[in-house]
Amino acid sequence: MPSATLLGQSILSGLFIGGLYALMGLGLSLAWGYLKLINLAHLAFAFLAAYVTYQFVGYAGLSPPVALLIVVPAFFLLGVALQALYTRFAVGEFASLLVTFGIAVIVESLIQYFWTADFRKLQIEHGTASLRIGTLFVPVIEALMLLVAATLSLATWAWLRFTYLGKAMRASAENPEIAAAFGIDPRRLALLMSGIGTAYAGVAGVFIALTSTLFPAQIFAWVGVVFAVVILGGLGNPLGVLAAGLAIGVSESVTMAVTEPTWAPLVAFTLLILVLILRPGRI
Amino acid sequence: MPIRAKIAAFLGAAAAFALLPLFQPPAFYESLLYLVFFWVALATSWAILSGFSGYFSFGHGAFYGAGVYTTAAVASRFDIPLVLTWLASGLVASLLGIAIGAVIFRLRRLRGELFALLTLAVTFVIATIVLNTRIDGGPGVFLSGVKLPDIFGRQSSTIYLLGVVIAFASLATAWFVQYSRLGRGLFAISDDEDVAEVMGVPTYRYKLMALGLSCFLAGVAGGIHAVFVTYVTISETFSVVVPVSVVLMSVLGGARHWLGPALGAAFITLLNYAFVGGEWAVIGRAIIGAILILVILFLPHGIAGFVAQRWRRLRPAAVSEPPASSGARPPIAAPTAVPKPAQGGVLLRCEDVQLAFRGVRALAGVTLDVRQGEILGIVGPNGSGKSTLVNAISGYYRPDAGRILFGGTNLVTLPAHRIAELGLARTYQIPRPCQRLTVTENVALAGMFGAAALDRPAALSEARHWLDFVGLGERAASLPAQLNLHQRKFLELARALASRPRLVMLDEVLSGLTPTEIAGAVALIREIRQQGATVIFIEHNMRAVLELTERLVVLNYGQVIAEGLPRDVVRQPDVIKAYLGTAHV
Repeated sequence: MPSATLLGQSILSGLFIGGLYALMGLGLSLAWGYLKLINLAHLAFAFLAAYVTYQFVGYAGLSPPVALLIVVPAFFLLGVALQALYTRFAVGEFASLLVTFGIAVIVESLIQYFWTADFRKLQIEHGTASLRIGTLFVPVIEALMLLVAATLSLATWAWLRFTYLGKAMRASAENPEIAAAFGIDPRRLALLMSGIGTAYAGVAGVFIALTSTLFPAQIFAWVGVVFAVVILGGLGNPLGVLAAGLAIGVSESVTMAVTEPTWAPLVAFTLLILVLILRPGRI
Repeated sequence: MPIRAKIAAFLGAAAAFALLPLFQPPAFYESLLYLVFFWVALATSWAILSGFSGYFSFGHGAFYGAGVYTTAAVASRFDIPLVLTWLASGLVASLLGIAIGAVIFRLRRLRGELFALLTLAVTFVIATIVLNTRIDGGPGVFLSGVKLPDIFGRQSSTIYLLGVVIAFASLATAWFVQYSRLGRGLFAISDDEDVAEVMGVPTYRYKLMALGLSCFLAGVAGGIHAVFVTYVTISETFSVVVPVSVVLMSVLGGARHWLGPALGAAFITLLNYAFVGGEWAVIGRAIIGAILILVILFLPHGIAGFVAQRWRRLRPAAVSEPPASSGARPPIAAPTAVPKPAQGGVLLRCEDVQLAFRGVRALAGVTLDVRQGEILGIVGPNGSGKSTLVNAISGYYRPDAGRILFGGTNLVTLPAHRIAELGLARTYQIPRPCQRLTVTENVALAGMFGAAALDRPAALSEARHWLDFVGLGERAASLPAQLNLHQRKFLELARALASRPRLVMLDEVLSGLTPTEIAGAVALIREIRQQGATVIFIEHNMRAVLELTERLVVLNYGQVIAEGLPRDVVRQPDVIKAYLGTAHV
């Protein structure tokens, strides 16, 4: 049994990685829940954003917040453009899985073409700064990432629940024809939603660049965990995504502390499979 | 082309490829062709479950990988014949698939997308387990010590031949499955699983069988491939390349035809070869991704589907030509093997059947008898529980309480396909034909399952018979979407009849029909009863009800409020109050 400090530290790092899971899952969950699109390209976009950030910060010398200001609007537009394409070709839920798979493969190839398959790590000032609380170390950037994930989840939830646009979005997801009959334009809402979701991928990407080592092959390795988070959290439920992300993150890192690190991938899927079997109505 | 000629052509092709090494082609070409055949085997095996049933597996890599690592683990440690090792690979993969399927397919509301993601997740779980145990442990497994026998004098020829064998074995399996009872069931599942189950397709067992077959072939292909690559690693074996490629190849070629995935596999493998090496490999992958997108957007049914569609459009006359044997058909009155029952005995008895949906009591204790050989009418306001009762009897819903006895068997605990086998058939208020099967195939499907359980040729001729019976003979080769509502309703009827039921439940077959069409339908229903089937007739059209039925049951709020001779029942005050209403003239 690991010591209390080790356990505390691994719970903490589980919360941070869980924040990243939630950040990555948020856009995916929104697209699946509200646009009926299973967007496998979402993770590829997150990593594309990470590489772009790596380029901006590491080579062009921009500061991370400036990179964020460029990446997020750019990815918003990317999401809008793709949604226009999906609508034009009437891509359904299942076809979206295959089309976005194709997009993910293309993005991965592009990344490998421009940045090669090498490992890359962004070195920035204060990148490894951390606070010390009791016997625990709290890395500042990771803590910030968790904060951003929580804020975005809450804000998205509040937006969907309380604003006119959010309500229109929910109505349109439930029954597009009826919503349209009441004067809601599902197409424009879909463009907005897709833009927001993809912008979230951009936010996630900036934090991935700041916290992780980048290599193209990991894109698909994340698919499993992030989809587990999205399904566990409930489709289109931002708070659920946050909770599921944190739960999976913590259980993974505690597993790593107790057993071997290589066993970690088993945790998310075991949780997912258990939930699906015990509560099949969730999805 | 007659079936024998097709089989001869198939065997001829296999033999021609198998004899190719006699011409001593450069070893390089043998390896390239081996790769083509390897992917043909994987893509074809994938399509046996996923292409035919529509449950797209993204976990084919897991089963292929199980095969790779079984051979790697066995062949690197023990000195046993490789053929046995490959067999073991197939069995391990197959058992793994069946074990996983047995859990996943139990989820009642499993949807295609969820299945795809769960199988993808399974791949990572298996990879983690292999990585953390002695099967691999991290560094990969070398198989350089494994020696193949030299057929035609060279190792490369042997490997090539193995590729030919597994590819043609997979193709033969897929071909056989496509036109077998299993395949027909899978196609029905892909269009409408609930309807398939109610028609008598054992959906759960069929999905497991298809998955088992599919995994077996993938496992053997993996075992052979392990020997080909001689060094296996986790990251190569369980990468997404395998699932992505097989999905892409099958979708490109056409996943609903046994030959489609092979076309796609050959195309993609050769395309990949064109981009071998360095930067080209990366660009080649991007191009393949782009092809996947374009195919989904512009050719959703793949090359095979596209060709079939064109074929149908170009030669409608040839396809819908009536079969030569149709002249020799017996008259309509005597086709079914159902013995003419003695009138009057109870065929179906519902005893206090109850069913609630979250507090809404759809059936609040329904008790009624259906007598052998009668037409029993069931009427009642919308929401009174008529369709729910049909769903409960046919096994789609399981009642919370009560018994439903059919010839002495309690149906309540039986799965829907078993109920169909006992001789119950139904139609749907809103027709639910299998959209991607022709009218004939739809009806023949019913004849292959249910009480009839005919073989395919017999089911096809039975189907033609019933299509003539309901007047759809000329539309035999059409797709359901090309029919109008009236024709689709009659297709439902033909489908119910082709399963040779003892009891047919007709759920509002007349709704939406014109008066002339109704007259035709009423005559048909009378004819059905003449032939020995018992009929439950649910309808709002009171004229048709009074004209057809011998007894009438009125449901209201999930309870029987009246029962008896139609003329008497319609005069009862509560029936008038609850359903018929008073005339205000």
